[in-house]
Amino acid sequence: MAFPHRPDAPELPDFSMLKRLARDQLIYLLEQLPGKKDLFIEADLMSPLDRIANVSILKVRSLSLRSCPSFLFEQLCFLVRPRIKNMRYIASLVNADKVAGRTRKYKVIFSPQKFYACEMVLEEEGIYGDVSCDEWAFSLLPLDVDLLSMELPEFFRDYFLEGDQRWINTVAQALHLLSTLYGPFPNCYGIGRCAKMAYELWRKLEEEEDGETKGRRPEIGHIFLLDRDVDFVTALCSQVVYEGLVDDTFRIKCGSVDFGPEVTSSDKSLKVLLNAEDKVFHEIRNEHFSNVFGFLSQKARNLQAQYDRRRGMDIKQMKNFVSQELKGLKQEHRLLSLHIGACESIMKKKTKQDFQELIKTEHALLEGFSIRESTSYIEEHIDRQVSPIESLRLLCLLSITENGEPKRLQMRIYGPEHLLTFSNLRRAGLLTEQGPGDTLTAVESKVSKLVTDKAAGKITDAFSSLAKRSNFRAISKKLNLIPRVDGEYDLKVPRDMAYVFSGAYVPLSCRIIEQVLERRSWQGLDEVVRLLNCGDFAFTDMTKEDKASSESLRLILVVFLGGCTFSEISALRFLGREKGYRFIFLTTAVTNSARLMEAMSEVKA
Amino acid sequence: MDCYTANWNPLGDSAFYRKYELYSMDWDLKEELRDCLVAAAPYGGPVALLRNPWRKEKAASVRPVLDIYSASGMPLASLLWKSGPVVSLGWSAEEELLCVQEDGAVLVYGLHGDFRRHFSMGNEVLQNRVLDARIFHTEFGSGVAILTGAHRFTLSANVGDLKLRRMPEVPGLQSAPSCWTVLCQDRVAHILLAVGPDLYLLDHAACSAVTPPGLAPGVSSFLQMAVSFTYRHLALFTDTGYIWMGTASLKEKLCEFNCNIRAAPKQMVWCSRPRSKERAVVVAWERRLMVVGDAPESIQFVLDEDSYLVPELDGVRIFSRSTHEFLHEVPAASEEIFKIASMAPGALLLEAQKEYEKESQKADEYLREIQELGQLTQAVQQCIEAAGHEHQPDMQKSLLRAASFGKCFLDRFPPDSFVRMCQDLRVLNAVRDYHIGIPLTYSQYKQLTIQVLLDRLVLRRLYPLAIQICEYLRLPEVQGVSRILAHWACYKVQQKDVSDEDVARAINQKLGDTPGVSYSDIAARAYGCGRTELAIKLLEYEPRSGEQVPLLLKMKRSKLALSKAIESGDTDLVFTVLLHLKNELNRGDFFMTLRNQPMALSLYRQFCKHQELETLKDLYNQDDNHQELGSFHIRASYAAEERIEGRVAALQTAADAFYKAKNEFAAKATEDQMRLLRLQRRLEDELGGQFLDLSLHDTVTTLILGGHNKRAEQLARDFRIPDKRLWWLKLTALADLEDWEELEKFSKSKKSPIGYLPFVEICIKQHNKYEAKKYASRVGPEQKVKALLLVGDVAQAADVAIEHRNEAELSLVLSHCTGATDGATADKIQRARAQAQKK
Repeated sequence: MAFPHRPDAPELPDFSMLKRLARDQLIYLLEQLPGKKDLFIEADLMSPLDRIANVSILKVRSLSLRSCPSFLFEQLCFLVRPRIKNMRYIASLVNADKVAGRTRKYKVIFSPQKFYACEMVLEEEGIYGDVSCDEWAFSLLPLDVDLLSMELPEFFRDYFLEGDQRWINTVAQALHLLSTLYGPFPNCYGIGRCAKMAYELWRKLEEEEDGETKGRRPEIGHIFLLDRDVDFVTALCSQVVYEGLVDDTFRIKCGSVDFGPEVTSSDKSLKVLLNAEDKVFHEIRNEHFSNVFGFLSQKARNLQAQYDRRRGMDIKQMKNFVSQELKGLKQEHRLLSLHIGACESIMKKKTKQDFQELIKTEHALLEGFSIRESTSYIEEHIDRQVSPIESLRLLCLLSITENGEPKRLQMRIYGPEHLLTFSNLRRAGLLTEQGPGDTLTAVESKVSKLVTDKAAGKITDAFSSLAKRSNFRAISKKLNLIPRVDGEYDLKVPRDMAYVFSGAYVPLSCRIIEQVLERRSWQGLDEVVRLLNCGDFAFTDMTKEDKASSESLRLILVVFLGGCTFSEISALRFLGREKGYRFIFLTTAVTNSARLMEAMSEVKA
Repeated sequence: MDCYTANWNPLGDSAFYRKYELYSMDWDLKEELRDCLVAAAPYGGPVALLRNPWRKEKAASVRPVLDIYSASGMPLASLLWKSGPVVSLGWSAEEELLCVQEDGAVLVYGLHGDFRRHFSMGNEVLQNRVLDARIFHTEFGSGVAILTGAHRFTLSANVGDLKLRRMPEVPGLQSAPSCWTVLCQDRVAHILLAVGPDLYLLDHAACSAVTPPGLAPGVSSFLQMAVSFTYRHLALFTDTGYIWMGTASLKEKLCEFNCNIRAAPKQMVWCSRPRSKERAVVVAWERRLMVVGDAPESIQFVLDEDSYLVPELDGVRIFSRSTHEFLHEVPAASEEIFKIASMAPGALLLEAQKEYEKESQKADEYLREIQELGQLTQAVQQCIEAAGHEHQPDMQKSLLRAASFGKCFLDRFPPDSFVRMCQDLRVLNAVRDYHIGIPLTYSQYKQLTIQVLLDRLVLRRLYPLAIQICEYLRLPEVQGVSRILAHWACYKVQQKDVSDEDVARAINQKLGDTPGVSYSDIAARAYGCGRTELAIKLLEYEPRSGEQVPLLLKMKRSKLALSKAIESGDTDLVFTVLLHLKNELNRGDFFMTLRNQPMALSLYRQFCKHQELETLKDLYNQDDNHQELGSFHIRASYAAEERIEGRVAALQTAADAFYKAKNEFAAKATEDQMRLLRLQRRLEDELGGQFLDLSLHDTVTTLILGGHNKRAEQLARDFRIPDKRLWWLKLTALADLEDWEELEKFSKSKKSPIGYLPFVEICIKQHNKYEAKKYASRVGPEQKVKALLLVGDVAQAADVAIEHRNEAELSLVLSHCTGATDGATADKIQRARAQAQKK
C-alpha cells in the first residue's frame, strides 16, 4: 500500500559516508591519548554516538566506558557538547582531583565544535592549563536514507528565544561539508533570517576554500533553507501520520524508539530502530493513522498465508523455505506484532483523551470557524488540568491562527514559573500580540468575558518591537492551505499534502517549498513573503553554468533550521512522489509540538 | 669536443675529478682573504667577510667593515662593525649571519645586513672569553659550538630554539686543543678534539678517549680534522703529513694517504658525491691544493691566489680574489658519456645525434648499434641525467637534444623525466646567472627543494624572478605566486619614505584578489613597523572579516573590531572581542557598546546567565528593561533563594519591576504568588504536609484530598478561582477520594457550571456505574444520549435520540447496539428513521 516511487525518481546519495567520517575522526581523536582512559560521554551524545559507532568499537580501543564520576584510569577523556554547564562540571572534577592531590591527564572533546565561551569558563575555573581541548566535527547524523539530523535540539531555544547565533556557524559548516562531499548546489532558496545568515556564512566558507568544489558535478540540484519560525502552525498541530503519531506518543529519539511493556506485550521494553530498513514500518510510516490498522491486518494475513505454504511442501522445498525465507518471515512477524502493539497503545491513549475532539478543535482553528467552541474547549482543557504542555500548545495555536493573544490567567494553576514561559513564548513569536488599532476579534472579546480578572493588561515587554504579528489567516487564503473538500476526503488515496492532517490543512512550510520549486524563485510570492514578515529574508541564488544533470535537479535538500516534524517529512515525501522529486531532509533536530513547548518552558532547576 | 675531458683528473682507477669556473669575481677586495674572517653559506649561499679583524695588532681606532656578497661577488651589504671583537662568522640554514663575539654574545644579521637579534652563550663564556667557535648544520637547524678560554666547550644544537649545553671537562687539558670539530651522530651533537697524540670524544655526559683504527704510528699531534657534509666521514691530518680517512664513528678506516708535507694545511674539506663510492678530501695550503683519496697518487693544483674552500653536498667550492670555482667528482652518467673512447649507450646516442645533424648516415649506424644491444632507453636516460650535471648551457642543450633524438625511436618512453629535467635546468640556469649568484648544482637543488629555493630568492628580494619561476613551473598559487606577493607586500610596507595611501594602493594593485594572500598578515607587518594607519587601510582589503579582528584588537580599535566580528558571523570571534572590551572599557561604556549591538548583547547575556548573574541584572538595569528584570527576579525566587522570606522578597522586587514595565498582569500574578507562598507556609505550619511550591490548583486539590473543604473554598474565593475550574477541580479530587457522598452533596450545592456529563464520565472512569446513573438523569438534553450510553442504558438512549430526531445521535446509539439484547432497540431506531424519512 505504500506508494512506490515513480520509476524515474532519482537515486539518493549515499550518506553513510558521513557516519564513516565521523567515526574515523572520533577514533583518531581518542587515539591521540594513548593508553587506557576513562571516557565520559554526555548523555545527549550517547544516542547519536550509538548510531555511528558501536560501543564495541570503543571497547576495542581499550577504553573503559563509564558515565559516573568514579574513574579508574590516569587519563580522563570527556566527550561533550560545548555547554557552560558541562565546563563547570569538568572543572569541579578536575579541581576535586587537585585537592586530593591526584594528577591525571584530561582531554575535552567538543562536539560538534568548541566555543570560546567554554574555554573562557575553563580559564575562569583555573583549569585551562590542565586540560587539552579538541573538536569532533560530528554535525550530521544520517537518521535514515533521506533524513540527516544535526541532533541539536537546543538550536531552537538558543536562536529563536535567546537570539544566540553561535549555532549558525555550525549549520554553515555542515552545509559546507555536504557540498564538498556531494558537489555544489546549483540552486539555492531560503526564507527566514537565520536561513539567510547560515547561507551567507556558508558561502563565505566556500569562497575561502574555493577550488575544491569547483568543477564537481552537483549531485543535489536544489537546496531550500527554512526557519522554523516561518511556520509554527504546522509544528503545533497534533500529528496523525503514523511516524508522527509514534513520535508524539512514544518520543522517537535519534531514530529509535523505546516501546514499553504495553507495546511489546512482555515485561520489558524494547528499543526499536525506525528507518527504511524496517520493512513494515517503511510501508506505514507515511500513512494516515486510520489506514494503518487495515494495512497491518492485511499484512498479517499475507504473512500467515506465506507461513501456510509450508503445508504440502516436500522435504526439499521445506529445506529451502527454512533456509531462505523463514528468517525473513520471522523478522517481519516480529516487527508486525510490535507495530500492532504500538497502534493499540496509541489507540488506547488517544481515545482516553478525547482525541477526536482535540483534532476537531485543531481543525476548526486552522480553518477559522467555530472559534467560540474551540475557545471554550481550550478553556475546559485548562480547567481540567489535562497537561500543561498540551494546554500551552493549544493556546499558541489559537493565538497564531487568530492573531490574538488569549488571556493568561491559567498561568497560576500551573505554577509561577509559567509567567516566564509566557514571556518566552511571546518573545519567540509563538504567542502573538495584537497590533494596536486592531479591533478585538470575536475570540478576544469572548475570552475577556470568560475571564474574571478584568485588569489583565498587555505586556509591553522590551521585545514587543520584535514580536511578530501572525497573518496566518491571510496566508492560508493566499496559499490555499485549507483544501476545498466535496464530501469525504479519501485518506487511502491522498490527493494532496493535506492528508497528513486528515485532509484539513496543507502544511504551510511544505506549501511554500512546493510553490518556490514550481516557480524556481520567489516570484509572485511577494505578498506571502510580506505576510510572513520575511520581506528581507527570502532569497534565491542560481548558478549560471548548467552542469547539473536532470537527475540531480530532481533531488532537493530541505534544511529546517529549528527542527522539523515527521508530518512535514511525510508531506514532502508525498509531494516528491507526485512530482518525481526526491527530498532529502536536514534538520537541526526532529521536533514536535511537545518539544517546542518544552523548549520554551522554564523548568525549575 | 675533443678537449672536453681536458680538465678531468683521474684519481686512482675509477674516478675523475674536475674543476671548472663558476664566476670570475670582481668584488674588488681591498684586503687579502687571509686577513679576513670569512664565512660562506652552503648551497651557493652568500659570503660574509669581516675585514680588519682583531687578531692583528692594528690600530684599534679603525672600525672594521662587515661585507656581504653573493656567491658571484655582487655586494649585498656593507656595514661598519660597531660591536665587540668577533671570533667567528657563520651562516645559519635560514641564511642568517651569526657573528660570535669574544664575550660569547652572538649577533644575528640578515642577508642584507639588517640586524635581527642577539643571544648569549652563557655567563661562563662571558667570563672566560671565546677562543674558537664553529657554526654547524644539523637536520634540526643550525648550531653553535664554542671553545672557551677555560678550554671548555659549550654548544647549542639549534639557535632557533636556544638550549645551551655545557660539555663535560676534558681531564688534564691544559692548553687549547690542536684542532676540534663537531660531529653529529644519532641526532646528537658531539665534539671531537685532538690534544697532542690523543683524540677525545665529548658527548653531553662524558669525555672518552678514542683511537682511530689503523692509524699509522708515530703521530705526535693532529693538525686538522674534517667532517663530511653529511657527518658520515672524518679525515685527520697529522704532523707527519699523513691523512687518515674513515667513518665519523671512528669504527672503520676507509683509506690513508701520506702526502709528506708536514706543514699544517690551511683548510681540509671532504669532496664526495652522494651515493658515490669514491671518498676524497681536498687539502689546501697557502699555494697548493691537493685532492687525495683511495689511490697512491693525488691530484695537485697550484693556487695562484689566496683561496677559501666551501664544502658542498657534492663537491667543493673554491673562491679567491678573482675567481670562483667548483671542484667535484665527475658524476657517473657524465663519465660514461664523455670518457675517452666510451662505448656506453649514452655516448653512442650523443654521437648519433651529432652525425644526424651533419646529415651523415653514420647516425643510423650508431643508433642501430644501441638498438641491437637493446639499450636505447638506458641511453636516453643517461643523456638526460648527464645534462643535469653539466654547468654549461651549450653542453646541457646538446645532451638534451640527443635524449630527445633517442626518444623518437622509443615507443613508450615516459616523457616526464625529460620534461622535468628541461624545467629544472631552466630554473638552475636562471639562478646561476651572475646577477643572481646562486651556483646550485642539480643534486644540491634537488636536496634543497624548489620551495626553499623560492624562499631564498624572496630573501634576496628577487620577487620577479621568484614569481616567474612559480609561473613557469605552474606551482599552485597558494604555495607559489601568492606567497611571494605576500612577502613582497610585507617588504613594501617597510619602505617608510612612501606614503600610506601609495603603499596601500600599490599593494592592492599588485595583489588584487589573488587567492591565498592574507592582507591581515601584511597589515600586521605594517603595524609592526609602526604604521597603524596603513595597517587599517590594508585591512580594508581583507575579505575575511574574521582575519581583521585580532589585529584590530591589537591596534586597540576594539569597536571597529566588534563590528567586524559581528559581520563575520563567527560568535567565537565576537566573544573574544567582547571579553577584550570588557577589560578595556569601564562597565558603563562596555554596556553602552553592547546596547548598540544586539547580537553581541544576546551572546553576552547567554554567557552571563550561566556565569555572572549579577552582571545580567546590571545589564537589564542599565537598559531600564523592567520586564526582563522582573523575569530575572522571578527566576531568582525559585532558583536562587532557599528561605521563604528571601523568595517573597525576590517576588516583591519582581512585582515592582513589572509595575515599572507597565505589565500589570504580570505584577498582579506575582503578587498573587507571594500571597500563595505565605499562605502555603501557614498551611504547612497549621496542617502539616507539603504545600510549598504547589500551584494554586494543586494547593486546593491537596486541601480537598486532606478533607479541608472549608479551607479549600476559602482559598478559591481568595484567589478568585473561576467557578468552572473550581468545579472541575473538586469533581476530580472527590472522585479520586471516592467520596461519593460528598460528591453528591457538592453536585447539589448549586447548578453545575460544567454540566453533569463530566460527573458521569468520572464515575465511569472510577468504575462506579451506580453513582454514574445518578448523574446521568441530570445531564442536559444535548449530551443526554452520550451520558446514557456511558452508563450503558442503550434503550433509554435510543428513546431520547428518537425524541430529539437527531440523525447523528441515532447512528451513535445504533453503533452501540451489540448482540441480541439490543436487537429490539436497534429495530426501534430503524423504524424511527424510516418514519422520519417518510415525513
